[in-house]
Amino acid sequence: MAITVRTLPRPIEESSYVRAMLKGMALTFKHLVNPHKVTWQYPEEKWDLSPRWRGTHRMLTDETGKAKCVACGLCPQVCPANCIKLVPGEDEQGNRYPLVYEIDEFRCIFCGYCQEVCPEEAIHVGRHYENAEYSRAGFVYDLPRLMAQTHPVSELWDPADPKGE
Amino acid sequence: MKVAAALLLLQQFHDPQAPVSGLAWLVFTIVKMLVAFTILMVGVAMLTLAERKVSAWIQDRYGPNRVGPSGLLQPAADGLKNIMKEETYPAGAYLPLFILAPVLAFIPALTTFSVIPVGAPLPTRWGYIPLVIADVPIGFLFILAFTSIGVYGIVLAGWASNNKYALLGGLRSSAQMISYEIAMGMSTVAVLLLAGNVSLSAIVKQQQMMGWNCLPLMIGLFIFLVAGFAETNRLPFDLPEAESELIAGYHTEYSAMKFSMFFIAEYSNMVTASALMVTLFFGGWDIPGTQWDNIPPWTVWKSLATMAFFFGKVVFFLFLFMWIRWTLPRFRYDQLMSLGWRFMLPLAIGYVTIMAAAILVLEKLGVPRGVQFLGMSPYWLALGGLNLVLAALVFVILDRGRILSPAYSRISARQLAALRAMSVASPIAPAEEG
Repeated sequence: MAITVRTLPRPIEESSYVRAMLKGMALTFKHLVNPHKVTWQYPEEKWDLSPRWRGTHRMLTDETGKAKCVACGLCPQVCPANCIKLVPGEDEQGNRYPLVYEIDEFRCIFCGYCQEVCPEEAIHVGRHYENAEYSRAGFVYDLPRLMAQTHPVSELWDPADPKGE
Repeated sequence: MKVAAALLLLQQFHDPQAPVSGLAWLVFTIVKMLVAFTILMVGVAMLTLAERKVSAWIQDRYGPNRVGPSGLLQPAADGLKNIMKEETYPAGAYLPLFILAPVLAFIPALTTFSVIPVGAPLPTRWGYIPLVIADVPIGFLFILAFTSIGVYGIVLAGWASNNKYALLGGLRSSAQMISYEIAMGMSTVAVLLLAGNVSLSAIVKQQQMMGWNCLPLMIGLFIFLVAGFAETNRLPFDLPEAESELIAGYHTEYSAMKFSMFFIAEYSNMVTASALMVTLFFGGWDIPGTQWDNIPPWTVWKSLATMAFFFGKVVFFLFLFMWIRWTLPRFRYDQLMSLGWRFMLPLAIGYVTIMAAAILVLEKLGVPRGVQFLGMSPYWLALGGLNLVLAALVFVILDRGRILSPAYSRISARQLAALRAMSVASPIAPAEEG
C-alpha cells in the first residue's frame, strides 16, 4: 500500500527560484526604505483612551475633602467579582461613612457597576491603566489611596446618545 | 664598507616610496595586527546592532533604541551581559573539546582577514607600508585552507556537547561546508586564471588594470556568493542552527562568552566573506573610473580614499548578507544538498572549462588587457559579453525548477501520474476487498 501524498499540480517549467527571490528582495527593500511603522513608543507615546475607558478606581471627595461615600453598601452588593470591602460607620450627627473601604484592583474585572450603582456619585472607575505593584497586597487600594487618585473618571453610557457623539 | 652600508640603510629609511623593512617592518606589522583586530571586534559588535536594525526596518519595526542614542550602546550592553553570565557545562560533555570548540571557530574567522589588502600603501618616513597584514604569495589558498578549519569548531562543538540537536547541527554543518567548498574553489579558479596568480594583491592589481571582475566573471561571482552564504552558515543556508528543527544547532549547549565567541566567529566570517567578494570580484580597494589611486607616488590621501572605498564595498556586501537573511526562508536539507552537488558543482566545473577556453582564445588572439576603448578594456568587454550570454542561459533557461526543485520533481513524470492516480482513487482499497 503506497502512502498517499497530495502533490500540488505546479509544472516545473513555470517555477523559478531566482525570479521569486528577486521579487521577495524587492519587497523587503521597499519596506526597508519606506517602512510604515505602527509601533507605539510606549512610555513616550500613549494611546488616547476612550472617555468610557474603565480603569483604576477613584473616590471623589466633597468640598470639605471628605469622601462622598455614605456607606450605603450598594457597590459591594452589585460587585460581581466581590472585590469591594466596606465596613460602615456612623458619626455623632447620624451620618453614615465608610470605616473601611477597600477595592482589590487585582480581583476587579472593571465592569463599572460600582460607578453606575453609586447614589452619591462617589466611587468611579477612571481613565487610567498603569498600575503595577511588587506584591499582591499592593493592589488592595484603601480609602485614602482611592481618594488620592487624580486621573479623569470614566463617563457613563448615555442612553440619549448611545454612540457617544 | 660598513659605513657605506649604514648610509645606504639610512637612505632607505628616508625614502617613503620603498617598502618598509627591518625592525620598522616588524613594528608596523604588529601595529597593523592590533588595528585590524580592534576594527574587526568593534565592527562585529556594530554588525550585531546593524543586523537587528536592518531586520527591524524590513519588518516595519524600530529595532533596539533604548540603550544609548538610538540604540548605539546596545552591543556594549550585550557584551557586558555575556561576560557576566554563568558558564554552564552540560553533564556528559567532553570538556576539553567543549572548551576548545569556540576557540577553533573564533581564530580562523579572524585569521583569514589578515591576507586581504584593504588599501593603497601608506607612506611613512621609514618607507611605505602595504595595507595588508601579511601579503602571503598563496593568499587565496591560505583563505580556503583557514575557512576549512572553521568547520572543526562547529563539528567539535556539536559532538562535545553531548546533545543530539547539537550533534545534528555539527554534522549538517560539516556536510554543507564540504559540499559548497568545492563549488567555491571552482568558481574562483577563473579569477586566478585571469590574474595568473593566487596572491590577493596580484588579483587586485589585475582588476585595477583591466576593470573589475564582477562583469567578466559574473557567473563565478554568483557561485561564489551562494557558496559564501553557505560557508558562513547564514540564511538561507543556516541549516546547522535551524531554530525550528535543532533549537540552536551546534551552540545549543553553550552559554555566556563561549556562545558569544561563536557569534563573533559568524560575524567575522561574514566580514571576511564580504571582503573576499570585494577583493576577488569588485576590485578590492580600487576606486572605479580613475587610475589616480593605482600608481605611485603613494600618499596618505590615496591610502585613506582607497580604504574608504574598500570599506564602503564591504559594508554593501554585509548589508546584502542581512538583506537576504531577512528575505529568504531556509532551504530544506535535501534542497541544500541537491543545489550544492547537482547544480552548483556542475555549473562551476562547466564554467571553469568555458572561461579557461575563452581566456586561452583571447590570449592567442592577443586582445589587449589595458584600458583602450571608451575607457574600457577590450579583453574585459569580450569576457563580459560571453558572461552575459552565459548568465542569460543559466537564469532564463536553466532556472525552471532545476536550480531549486520541489521534492516531487525527482520522480519521473510517469511515476508521478501513477502516484496521483492512486491518491485520487480510494486509498483504502484493500479494506474494501475484505
